[in-house]
Amino acid sequence: MGLKPLIKIEGISFGYTQKTVLADIDLSITKGEVVAVLGPNGCGKSTLIKIMLGLLRPDAGRVLLNGENIRKLDTRYLAQKIAYVPQTHKSSFPYSVLDVVLMGRIPHKTFFFRYSNKDMKIAQGALERLSVSHLTSRAYTEISGGERQLTLIARALAQGATTFIMDEPAGGLDYGNQLKLLDQIVKLSREGYTFIKATHSPEHALWIAHRAVLIKKGTIIADGPCDDVITTENLFHLYNARVNVLKFNDGPFNVCVPQTICGCMDALHDRKESIFENNQKVMQCQ
Amino acid sequence: MKTNKKILPLLLIVLVLTICVSLTIGKYPLGLTDIGNFFLLKLFKMGNMDVRQQDLLSNLLFDIRLPRILAAALIGASLSVAGASFQAMFVNPLVSPSLLGVLAGASFGAALGMVFSGSWFAVQCLTFFFGFLAVGIAVAIAKMHKGNTILLLILGGIISGAMFTSLLSVIKYIADPANQLPAIVQWLMGGLSLVDYKTLLAAGIPQIVSIALVILFSGYLNALSMGDEEARSLGIRVERIRLLLIFLATLMSALTVVIAGMIGWVGLIIPHITRMLVGPDNKILVPASALIGAIYLIAVDNVSRMLFVVEIPMGIVTSLVGIPFFVLILRKAQKGWG
Repeated sequence: MGLKPLIKIEGISFGYTQKTVLADIDLSITKGEVVAVLGPNGCGKSTLIKIMLGLLRPDAGRVLLNGENIRKLDTRYLAQKIAYVPQTHKSSFPYSVLDVVLMGRIPHKTFFFRYSNKDMKIAQGALERLSVSHLTSRAYTEISGGERQLTLIARALAQGATTFIMDEPAGGLDYGNQLKLLDQIVKLSREGYTFIKATHSPEHALWIAHRAVLIKKGTIIADGPCDDVITTENLFHLYNARVNVLKFNDGPFNVCVPQTICGCMDALHDRKESIFENNQKVMQCQ
Repeated sequence: MKTNKKILPLLLIVLVLTICVSLTIGKYPLGLTDIGNFFLLKLFKMGNMDVRQQDLLSNLLFDIRLPRILAAALIGASLSVAGASFQAMFVNPLVSPSLLGVLAGASFGAALGMVFSGSWFAVQCLTFFFGFLAVGIAVAIAKMHKGNTILLLILGGIISGAMFTSLLSVIKYIADPANQLPAIVQWLMGGLSLVDYKTLLAAGIPQIVSIALVILFSGYLNALSMGDEEARSLGIRVERIRLLLIFLATLMSALTVVIAGMIGWVGLIIPHITRMLVGPDNKILVPASALIGAIYLIAVDNVSRMLFVVEIPMGIVTSLVGIPFFVLILRKAQKGWG
């Protein structure tokens, strides 16, 4: 990789009292990459994300954005460059979707501010780009989880940031919404946006990420192109789960198939057959 | 969006009308025509009026009724703005301005002053000082620990509030039961009977300034109510702005106790009613709460003056009106709480 890194993490360590969460992490991310950060619960990936956003101060090491230490940057400037897309959540107050997207304009405002017509246009434009402008005046608390996640991405776009850091973006979304979300990430990454996302799903990483970073107990155990890093051995090492990572027939990426289920495949298949036969009439009626 | 922006001038007109109508309300009946003639005479030297009638009107309107009305408006606006900003800041629509102990501290200060000093001025100073001290203790307790700042502040407020409530009991216990104790108890029920222009001016100016500042900062409140991390990722210096808003809210709430003792429930229910009227966007919610709070408290003061032969303490009326109203809005408000 001859490219200059967009974000460079150098020797980051972090610990809450007594417990080490991250130990000497090095990582560099190039513009336009989609990087999936994988690891079991409590491995430190959320902490790493918060350090990259400047929300937590590392005990050692530093995060460089275009060569500058993010802790020395103005918070508003940083927010114009890097946006945080939190896990889908419900707000306590039923703000309109437009109000939520408008929050993304705050880094461009000073002291006492009111949103201008330009801010309105930018916010509406961001919603249009994600094809959710029909939500504009809906209450953020009443739309679906997938729509909320798209709203938060629209807010990140309105922020003007080109690097999006996401924490479990697909968590809690139904299958259709997960795919819609991944579609949007791919679309935006083609336009040059950089994505760093913590995820629980190796499949999602295989589908859309250029690169996977595997974290276990606060250290990176593997880092590289998804097909090289997300392997049967690594997944066992990472999650203590037996999963076969298989080459998909002529497909663009590998797929994960759990071994435990594979092992009983025949039995499962037989059972399905018999169930299917019994229910056939019913299903046809439907 | 558009209807929301029109509501502020509309509320302002309602507030002015409420003030005008309230000037006519009182034990001594005055018609709008009397008042109209009086103002025409005073402002434009038009028409004529008996001198004794003039003095009477001037005394009634300017010395008795107007200060009460202005005080009620200031207190209603202050408590509502403090409540609205606390609700956003602490991400909880059930929060009231007393969250960080300001009212408990101020009541203790007032009681302390009534028992150990003779002067009303000293009572007012102590009220103000202990209101701030209580919040200072809550913030200091939160700062002592690392962790979720919002939660720690709420716990700090509970501790500080409980401490000053107990100290208040100590003062009540040692107070002279013949005259000091009734004075303390009555003061804690809240009322506007002791309002004078000097207090009004001294308390009103900082209150108006801090209300204006909170309105100017209200653009940040939406983002603050999404939680600390999100707000910080949006480029907001959360700690700094929160501390500033806490300071302003404490200033205006402590001064309401200086003017009129304890007035409960206003800071909790007015932002709710306003939210139902104008929606949750704090840029409109905060100024609208100020106006609706002012209108509400002027109305409450009219009731507490007129309902019975003897004046009822205003704090009692706000509680009696506030509690059933809260039960009523609870169901509607639940929708937006998630």
